[in-house]
Amino acid sequence: MSIEVKNVSKSFGAFTAVNDVSLEFPGGELVALLGPSGSGKTSLLRIIAGLERADRGQVLFDGEDATRRDVRHRGVGFVFQHYALFRHMSVFENVAFGLKVRPRGTRPTEAAIREKVMELLKLVQLDWLANRRPTELSGGQRQRVALARALAVEPRVLLLDEPFGSLDAKVRQELRRWLRRLHDEIRLTSIFVTHDQEEALEVADRVVVMNQGRVEQVGTPQEVFDHPSTPFVMGFLGNVNIFHGRVESGQALLGPLALDYPDHPQAESRAAAGYTRPHELEVDRAEGDGGGFWATLRYANTAGAVVKLELAAADGKMVQVDTTRALFESLQPSVGERLYIRPRQVRIFVTPTAG
Amino acid sequence: MAAAISLNQRRSSGPRNLTEPFAVRVVLTAVALVYLALFLLVPLAAVFGQAFQKGWGAYVEAIREPIALAAFRLTLLTAAIAVPLNMVFGLVAAWAIAKFDFPGKSALITLIDLPFAVSPVISGMIFILLFGRLGYLGPWLGAHDVRIVFAVPGLVLATVFVTFPFVARELIPVMESGGTEEEEAARVLGAGGWTIFRRVTLPSVKWGLLYGVILCNARAMGEFGAVSVVSGHVRGKTNTLPLHVEILYNEYNFQAAFAVASLLTFLALVTLVAKSLIEWRTEGRRDVHDEEQEPASLGAVAASERPSGQ
Repeated sequence: MSIEVKNVSKSFGAFTAVNDVSLEFPGGELVALLGPSGSGKTSLLRIIAGLERADRGQVLFDGEDATRRDVRHRGVGFVFQHYALFRHMSVFENVAFGLKVRPRGTRPTEAAIREKVMELLKLVQLDWLANRRPTELSGGQRQRVALARALAVEPRVLLLDEPFGSLDAKVRQELRRWLRRLHDEIRLTSIFVTHDQEEALEVADRVVVMNQGRVEQVGTPQEVFDHPSTPFVMGFLGNVNIFHGRVESGQALLGPLALDYPDHPQAESRAAAGYTRPHELEVDRAEGDGGGFWATLRYANTAGAVVKLELAAADGKMVQVDTTRALFESLQPSVGERLYIRPRQVRIFVTPTAG
Repeated sequence: MAAAISLNQRRSSGPRNLTEPFAVRVVLTAVALVYLALFLLVPLAAVFGQAFQKGWGAYVEAIREPIALAAFRLTLLTAAIAVPLNMVFGLVAAWAIAKFDFPGKSALITLIDLPFAVSPVISGMIFILLFGRLGYLGPWLGAHDVRIVFAVPGLVLATVFVTFPFVARELIPVMESGGTEEEEAARVLGAGGWTIFRRVTLPSVKWGLLYGVILCNARAMGEFGAVSVVSGHVRGKTNTLPLHVEILYNEYNFQAAFAVASLLTFLALVTLVAKSLIEWRTEGRRDVHDEEQEPASLGAVAASERPSGQ
């Protein structure tokens, strides 16, 4: 099922959680709502689920207005950050709950419920724990029970609120790959909320980056990572070096960097900033073709798959550079040495003028 | 078994530096036990001793006396009305306070505690002031031939008033710690309000509820002050067990007074045992709660997690 959100706004007192957001979620996709805390991603998810009512705007399911439809009748599966399993019920009863509370007319028989629940527990690989209590399970297992419970009612859309937020790093990684595989199998329209950019980029078909109640960018993980459309997205999706300066007459003058900037041919000067990721910078002993600047190596961390360098430019600005071990070993620079930094790519964002 | 032993060893050999010398431990334990014996066990034994002073026959007679039986019935009746009423009120109040935000919430919490803060005698006076012959509503009630004060309704009202914080007080923290996520989950799964209450909220607070009901019941049966004020002490009509005991005592009928008192004591003991049983149950549960299992390493997701052979 496809979902559409039209001009949705939601405030809690003076705080605007969601500010005029319009989005489309095509059927069958796994979409990540990514943003820092307070960016409105969870509020948006809860509005789609019907757990929260939007102050303004519409939620459409398959083109049909579902804004006023009660959460009970929206046909959504919701997975809560802290699982929200029923503590006094066994794993089996938890998963069976959604089927057992159906009105008599549409309720499956006991045998059908049992079969369905066991099938789901097999899907999440927990059928051997059916009689345990949630308190006897690990965090990862609880989350999978929560998922099976949400799927039991055959929802038309699956919504997950920080599904891996309260798990430790290793289980989290394992579980999100598993979720990706599961999604490939069942192809249910799914939206999950996360503040972890790595998680969003690894798992989702598409990523919606949110900030301060607004959508910053929508795109595939590759698109948002390689072509961030705003400085916020650039900064949120990984480490970044920022060079402040200005653009004028087709030139960008950003601290130690001087680059061509044909997008702004006017003589009038505008404030701007250049963004470049540590791995988009090269270091060398020679200037070569130029286009970079000299800096002093202050620190090198060689413990890891990439070597992380910290250099100080002439104006004192610290610059982070990631380089390969092979390159580092062939160069063998020593701390205090002057190296030439050449950016492979710089994204320049011109500060919009007020009004 | 082996596991239990090793656990005990670990526990006792653990914080040895925190353990006091043997003599200190013995003295402290002895002080506690002597205190307990002096102020609890001796009086308790005295009650039963006095009750059986003139033998079993006199004991049974004192209890089988029609006035005593009437008092016993009245006590059960007031408890049977007050406890369910306060159970419902406690549930509703705790639910409202724990799950919703509304104006006047903190005022409501304070009001719930009112009967704890006010002396029971004053609680009784309030009802005289309201419903008594010279009270605010007295003339109207008199005109409609409704008797509240110095009659059973007054006893029930006073008991309800004095005992109403117990259930709510027990439930509010339990419900607050539970949060609203489970209810939300049930709602998304299609459950209606009543189903959610019956199958999610109620089971998760049932031990707290039972505990509150037991405390409420103990107080309802044992209440003296407020009930004494509104009772009017009509023998066989408006005397509850505690009031009956007092009357017998004032008439120097010590044996009968203690016989009836032993009945009340027995009810209290049953209540205490029930309370301990529930505490023991909930504690067992809490242990399971705290025992956050370590996630099973990498295999947490892989099928390898299944025990072999299954």
